[in-house]
Amino acid sequence: MTNRKPIISVTNLVKHYDDFKAVQGLTFDVYENEIFGLLGPNGAGKTTTLEIIETLRSKTSGEVWVDGYNIEKDAAAIKQIIGVQLQAAGYYPNLNLVELLELFSGLYGTKINPMEMLEKVNLQDKAKAKYKALSGGQKQRFSIATTLINSPKIIFLDEPTTGLDPQARRNLWDLIIEIRNNGTTVVITTHYMDEAEQLCDRVAFVEAGKIIALDTPDQLIDNLVASGFERKKEVKKANLEDVFISLTGKEWRE
Amino acid sequence: MSSYNHTKATLALAKASFRSITRSPSAVVFTLAFPLIFILVFGFLGSGGTKIDVAIAPDSDLQNPIITALEKMEVVRLTKNDNMANINKNLEKGNYDALISIEKNPKGLPAYFTNVKYTSASLDKGNILKSVLNELSYKLNTVNQQPTVTEIRASTIDGRMYRTIDFILPGQLGFSLLSTGVFGTAFIFFSLRQNLVIKRFFATPVRRSSIVLGEGIARIGFALLGALFIILVGHFFFHFTLINGVITVLNMLILATLGVIVFMGFGFVVSGLAKSESTIPPISNIITLPQFLLSGTFFSINAFPGWLQPISRALPLTYLNDAMRKVAFEGAGLWEVKQQIFIMILWGIGIYAVAVKTFKWE
Repeated sequence: MTNRKPIISVTNLVKHYDDFKAVQGLTFDVYENEIFGLLGPNGAGKTTTLEIIETLRSKTSGEVWVDGYNIEKDAAAIKQIIGVQLQAAGYYPNLNLVELLELFSGLYGTKINPMEMLEKVNLQDKAKAKYKALSGGQKQRFSIATTLINSPKIIFLDEPTTGLDPQARRNLWDLIIEIRNNGTTVVITTHYMDEAEQLCDRVAFVEAGKIIALDTPDQLIDNLVASGFERKKEVKKANLEDVFISLTGKEWRE
Repeated sequence: MSSYNHTKATLALAKASFRSITRSPSAVVFTLAFPLIFILVFGFLGSGGTKIDVAIAPDSDLQNPIITALEKMEVVRLTKNDNMANINKNLEKGNYDALISIEKNPKGLPAYFTNVKYTSASLDKGNILKSVLNELSYKLNTVNQQPTVTEIRASTIDGRMYRTIDFILPGQLGFSLLSTGVFGTAFIFFSLRQNLVIKRFFATPVRRSSIVLGEGIARIGFALLGALFIILVGHFFFHFTLINGVITVLNMLILATLGVIVFMGFGFVVSGLAKSESTIPPISNIITLPQFLLSGTFFSINAFPGWLQPISRALPLTYLNDAMRKVAFEGAGLWEVKQQIFIMILWGIGIYAVAVKTFKWE
């Protein structure tokens, strides 16, 4: 793992909004073809950090390189090799999913087959539906489809599973793992630790604009255990979510 | 990477926006339905011109040359079988413009007395009736007599008939362009910004200018199709005058394009000023309503009191309406309405200067 080549390199990243110091000197690398998690409570600076890397927001200081491009000088080049899913973003009104994908293919300047894109995220039945009419899980899957249009090297997912039921959430994990297996690097933010543990190859904990830990989930857990930590309750072989899934079934609810 | 095509991105946006507009109920209602309803109403009110309603008193003699002559006059509408109480009531309200009773002169000459009662509720029409009656009595009295001093030989040149539709349609067209430009633009850019649609666009290589341009192309395209539809309905169903046929239509569409572009500028300003979706209609109305009322959409601005006319003459829609009417009815070329065009361009420059300052992307 450690010998892999960084595709994103962030050094001493700082972002101030007037008096508020949202990001205070972040330094981390994201390796090619991994799922990298930015974890932390709301307001920790996760979204700000992502948006700076995505070239959507200016930084106060520091350096960010994405696949050899500098975010200040080569924003346009970076936009062509990344896919971005924003927290709570909407889509152009009154258009169905196929028409939205056609619009994005025009915006990215690529030719795509909208139905193939929808198949990738299992939404082919909703081709003629409006975005607003989709369920929460479907909306997130559609958002992910729009990030794949330009066959990006890296996709950024900002809290993609917030508000989803356990089935939709697990389903989205499968989709994200599949995307990674197809060679795409994934940067994801979440505040669900079980999700990060299952999904991410490496995670960074962000708290008040600073990274307080960065490693593989396994290693972070081992470190904690080594320090003498013990759970108050004995760990059972399953948790309540496992019960929920086994009772209600694994298949999708829409 | 330089192979990215901004024109394609712009056209993709224009296509998406056009689809969206045609599916938006408010765009269709404001651009097509409202103007068409007004045109229908005024179209069917027709070009009848002035009618004078005259009641004939119940006890009046009906078999006489005066009644016969009045009946032949298009401008006079006679009502013969109303009762006196009703006639008096309607005279007071001005529903009747005058009451006529004719009695035979038992003493011989003149053969008849014509008694006319006018009403202060309708003095202007009373005056018309007065001269109608004067001429009528003169003609009837001078049958077979040589005039001693002069004989008036009146003739009417065969002019183009100026119908109500010729006034109303250009006004409605202007209103349609104004609503599409202001409301449509304000709503779409506000909602794209509010729902982070624009932010998602910014994550693609598209340029800001492509977003504005694509949106503009779609809106202008839609407004022009609407304008063409209104012109054709007006022409084929209500005889709207198009002096030079297709050339006139093209000139009107060029003016319409200029109009929408200027009005879209107002839309950009509103979308920037609005703090929430619900503040868009009031701000837009502040811009559209005064123009709707004061720019000669329904009435000629010459009918306004003197102090109001300078305000009318300051509004861009006034000049669009004016230019449209000149082009459509008088067959003026675009060069002949250059003054109107110039003032609209001035408005355009001014409003886009404000828009650049107030417009918000995020």
